Amino acid sequence: MSGASHTTHDAADGMRKVVNSQLIFLGLLFVPLLSLLLPAQAAWIRWGSLAVLAAAVVVMRRTLFSSDHKVIGVQFLITSLVMLFVGGLLAALIRLQLGWPNQAWPWLGKILPGGFPEGGPMDPTFYNMLFTMHGSIMIFFAIIPLLVGVFGNYLIPLKIGAGDMAFPKLNMYSYWLVPPAIAVVCAGFFMESGAAAGGWTAYAPLSTTLGPGQVCWIVGVIILGSSSIMGAANYLTTIINLRAPGMSFFRLPLAIWALFITAIMVLLATPVLASALILLLLDSTAGTSFFLPAGLVIDGVVQARAGGQVLLWQHLFWFYSHPAVYIMILPAMGIVSEILPVFARKPLFGYHSMVYAIMGIALLGFLVWAHHMFTSGMNPTLGTSFMVSTMVIAVPSAIKTFNWLGTLWRGSIQLTTPMLHAIAFVSMFVIGGLTGIFAASTPVDLYLHDTYFIVGHLHYVLFGGSLFGIFAGVTFWYPKMFGRMLNERLGKIHCALTFICFNAVMFPMFILGIAGMPRRIYDYTAYTHLAQVGGLNRMMSVAAFVLVAAQVLFIINFFRSLAHGKVAGQNPWQANTLEWATASPPPHGNFTTTPTVYHGPYEYSVPGRKEDWLAQNVKA
Amino acid sequence: MGWLAALGALFAPASAWAQDGMRVWLPQAVTTTAPVIDRLFYVVLAITGAVFIGVQLTLVYFLIRYRRRPGVRAGYTHGNNLVEVVWTAIPAIILVWLSLRSQQVWSQVRGTPPPPDLEVAITAQQFAWNIHYPGADRRFGRTDASLIDEASNPIGLDRTDPTAQDDLVSVNQLHLPLNQTVLIHLKAKDVIHSFFVPQFRLKQDAVPGITSRMWVQPTTAGNFDIACAELCGLGHYRMRGFLTIESPEEFQNWLTQSLAEQAL
Amino acid sequence: MERSRMWSPLLIATLIAIGCGGGKPQEASATPDAPEGRPVQVAEAPAGAQPAVGGSSAVIQGTVTLDGQAPKPATLKMSADPVCQQAHSSPVYAEDVVASAQGQLKNVFVYVKDGVSGTYPAPATPVMLDQNGCVYKPHVFGIQVNQPLEVANSDPTAHNVNAKPTANTPFNTAQPSNKAPKVKKAFAKPEVMVKFKCNIHPWMSAYAGVVAHPFFGVSGDDGSFTISGLPAGTYTVEAWHEKYGTQTQSVTVGDGESESVNFTFKAQ
Repeated sequence: MSGASHTTHDAADGMRKVVNSQLIFLGLLFVPLLSLLLPAQAAWIRWGSLAVLAAAVVVMRRTLFSSDHKVIGVQFLITSLVMLFVGGLLAALIRLQLGWPNQAWPWLGKILPGGFPEGGPMDPTFYNMLFTMHGSIMIFFAIIPLLVGVFGNYLIPLKIGAGDMAFPKLNMYSYWLVPPAIAVVCAGFFMESGAAAGGWTAYAPLSTTLGPGQVCWIVGVIILGSSSIMGAANYLTTIINLRAPGMSFFRLPLAIWALFITAIMVLLATPVLASALILLLLDSTAGTSFFLPAGLVIDGVVQARAGGQVLLWQHLFWFYSHPAVYIMILPAMGIVSEILPVFARKPLFGYHSMVYAIMGIALLGFLVWAHHMFTSGMNPTLGTSFMVSTMVIAVPSAIKTFNWLGTLWRGSIQLTTPMLHAIAFVSMFVIGGLTGIFAASTPVDLYLHDTYFIVGHLHYVLFGGSLFGIFAGVTFWYPKMFGRMLNERLGKIHCALTFICFNAVMFPMFILGIAGMPRRIYDYTAYTHLAQVGGLNRMMSVAAFVLVAAQVLFIINFFRSLAHGKVAGQNPWQANTLEWATASPPPHGNFTTTPTVYHGPYEYSVPGRKEDWLAQNVKA
Repeated sequence: MGWLAALGALFAPASAWAQDGMRVWLPQAVTTTAPVIDRLFYVVLAITGAVFIGVQLTLVYFLIRYRRRPGVRAGYTHGNNLVEVVWTAIPAIILVWLSLRSQQVWSQVRGTPPPPDLEVAITAQQFAWNIHYPGADRRFGRTDASLIDEASNPIGLDRTDPTAQDDLVSVNQLHLPLNQTVLIHLKAKDVIHSFFVPQFRLKQDAVPGITSRMWVQPTTAGNFDIACAELCGLGHYRMRGFLTIESPEEFQNWLTQSLAEQAL
Repeated sequence: MERSRMWSPLLIATLIAIGCGGGKPQEASATPDAPEGRPVQVAEAPAGAQPAVGGSSAVIQGTVTLDGQAPKPATLKMSADPVCQQAHSSPVYAEDVVASAQGQLKNVFVYVKDGVSGTYPAPATPVMLDQNGCVYKPHVFGIQVNQPLEVANSDPTAHNVNAKPTANTPFNTAQPSNKAPKVKKAFAKPEVMVKFKCNIHPWMSAYAGVVAHPFFGVSGDDGSFTISGLPAGTYTVEAWHEKYGTQTQSVTVGDGESESVNFTFKAQ
């Protein structure tokens, strides 16, 4: 027994090393990029920092390059949490401009001379870069890697009772494509022409006219897409082939179902994005015209292009990016479906209908892409069909919500930090879903499209939904990952502050949208119909700053608990699924003996049993 | 709980909004179709609002009613098929009804336009709206990209074309006659723009290579802003046009006067 | 734009190399040229930009005239932006052809095209370009290579300073209002002419002649120009007009002499 606890201690130590080396690596990654800001004479700094980075990689290679799915999961976690914070800082700058347009910021001019020339008001082009990079970083480098990369890698083998992924090396490559993708996408910030400024949607023709920063963005997203495809192929193979004895498909935990369906979506949709991006890259750099029609006159110059279709880009982009919305929400739904039964001590309500709802969302998710294009000039009849499919996709979302409520009904609810985040998810996702109905109704969308109503809607889905799901998941599995508990008090304060501030920032966006405030607008004060929105915008900005600041609590809690948290033990939440049937953190290979599964994942409060839980690997 | 009070103080600027808050809502509706879209908006708001309140109240009730209590064990159920069918069917019926209701409005707004009293071609560019009136002959003169001169001939109108003789091209100034049906042909020279007049409750993207159509019948006179609703570059935020809705007589006067000025 | 595009694949390759852990830094050695994408260094040359060559006192001066009837100047229609319209109480005319009743042609850029040897450091005094009443002031100006250029916005409305050189690096910077700081730039290579425009107010345009030496001038209201401080020698002088194109003449001046060179453009 003492031998076993010794191994556990080693594993916990190993995980801390992984976290540290990852932080050092990410820190060093940005030094060569930052040195690009220096004058040419300082080239030695660039080369020096590159050499330091190389040396660090060599020294840390044992902790950096691991094919253990748990290490890779934690690497994804650290990387994407860092990017989440970067994305949040960009959002704070956006709010700064919207709260106080035309205000000069001398102190910011010293830190960001390109963004605030001579300490004056923000440069409009910089503003365009901010929302472009905020969206891109949050979607491509924070939410997708957090949900798919972190939980996919960490949970799949553990929850299905496997020793590792089917292709551990492929898994490692899928992570190691992410830092280069980040470096390439962010490199634009350090170039004279600036970062990408075409919106995260990169609509052609604008995106083909924006220069090197935009080209970097395209290349970086292609690299990230390759990483996603590798990961997805791995997840599918693993779930299909490596399930423990007795783990039938309908005994899979909902999180695994969600990740399984998500992997299918990634595998089907991401290649479309990759090919569209390659065409866009050719249009931007090689003079082709896939998306550029004849007769373009840009800045007074007639362009020698012909034969392209502008709307083709939107169709291809949304053919990926709408499923991507579900890629960003299904795993969060799965996570929440895991957590609610644990802290309600009650089986998940309607397991089968939950699974079918996920499948329904995934299937319909491929049939709704053009609801982003109701005002684009495509045939109105096409608008009708996409309205219907979009309305229909609300049905499985409603089923899921009702089943979550059904799970809480007659439960024995324990409001732990992960549970609070999961409840926040349910509550906020409802708002995200319901406001989607406004946008689905074609005539209403004619007015609300591309206004702040849509910005509010997407933040309720991707922040209120995905991000609360991520916080729920991280706080729930943190004891498993690092062998120690997070501080509950700090966790609850963080959750409450995030919930309140999130709503204070995002809910007014609906009102702004209804008042006709377009999105991606650097300065709204010129418009007469927006004369009254200044006060509301300032309130939102203040809340946004508090929201960003509140995340520091999470960072403190995360790193402090690594060393000082209460030791978690194998199963601190008394949960049923297989990851809790091994040490925290699990040793290399996960299980000392392959577990056998006897029943479904949510057997809580089974009548006639003394304990109110029944682990999947325990015979009743 | 001290931090809650501190948080409240941080949101004090909200009171600034509370004072003029009532005005931050749907702007004036100035066309025949705008009130129709507004009605549909309120229908959706009523349905979603009811569901929103219902779900949130249930959630809060469950959290209080079923909070952990010593000695009370959670119920054991895996669900109920009848309930599943009910809460699948009811949203489905409501949403199908909403689709049908939306489709009625959609076909009115986006279906075959009524015969127009006036046609206007709008060519968007970075960062201006070029408004092209066909003049008394109601025919647009020929345009050709090779004739474009940004300062003097932004849409490349061929002035030698007989139908172009009485054409008016103005930048950012759109005047529309009251109570007349206007068909707008939307084009773009360079990148995608989106023609957005909040008081019309309409927006339509101006896409290079495509001529989109939209129609309006203004019902209220006044001055309104045209905004660009699709990111089009560094000047996107101030690609602002000026819409004047005025009586047909005033509109004719403006047209005549502008044509005279154009000849200068 | 074109050049920076050519550079981008290289940068990307480098960055990938960085991102991959920098395992092979020697492969990435293509980056030392990265300053390509960096703001041009403003010349640090002190005032007194006159060359050290002995006896630089020759003068070329003259008048530019327009032969024939000048076209009626177009009235600028500023209704596209009420702020611009309100800035003027009387009509504003296009400045593409500005000629007096006697045919004296304004806004002609005259410079020594060939024959200047030696290097002439750029003066530190900036050339000012103002956007005032939604018109560029001046409409035509000369600037030396690496001499600082400062573009101001004096209007309570937005302008974007869109410079469209072909030999130099183009730039396009928005100035949201007269609170925005000046746009400070410089041109690294000689180029006649660089066009400036504002996409928000399509009627706005200005032209800059970028020359490697200080021997240039712009004809004034009376059509006259003066180029002074030249060393003795034989020069090719070119006159550029926005609408009527260019003309060149050859001239020989001795030390302390003043030679007259007149240009006549034909009205079309």
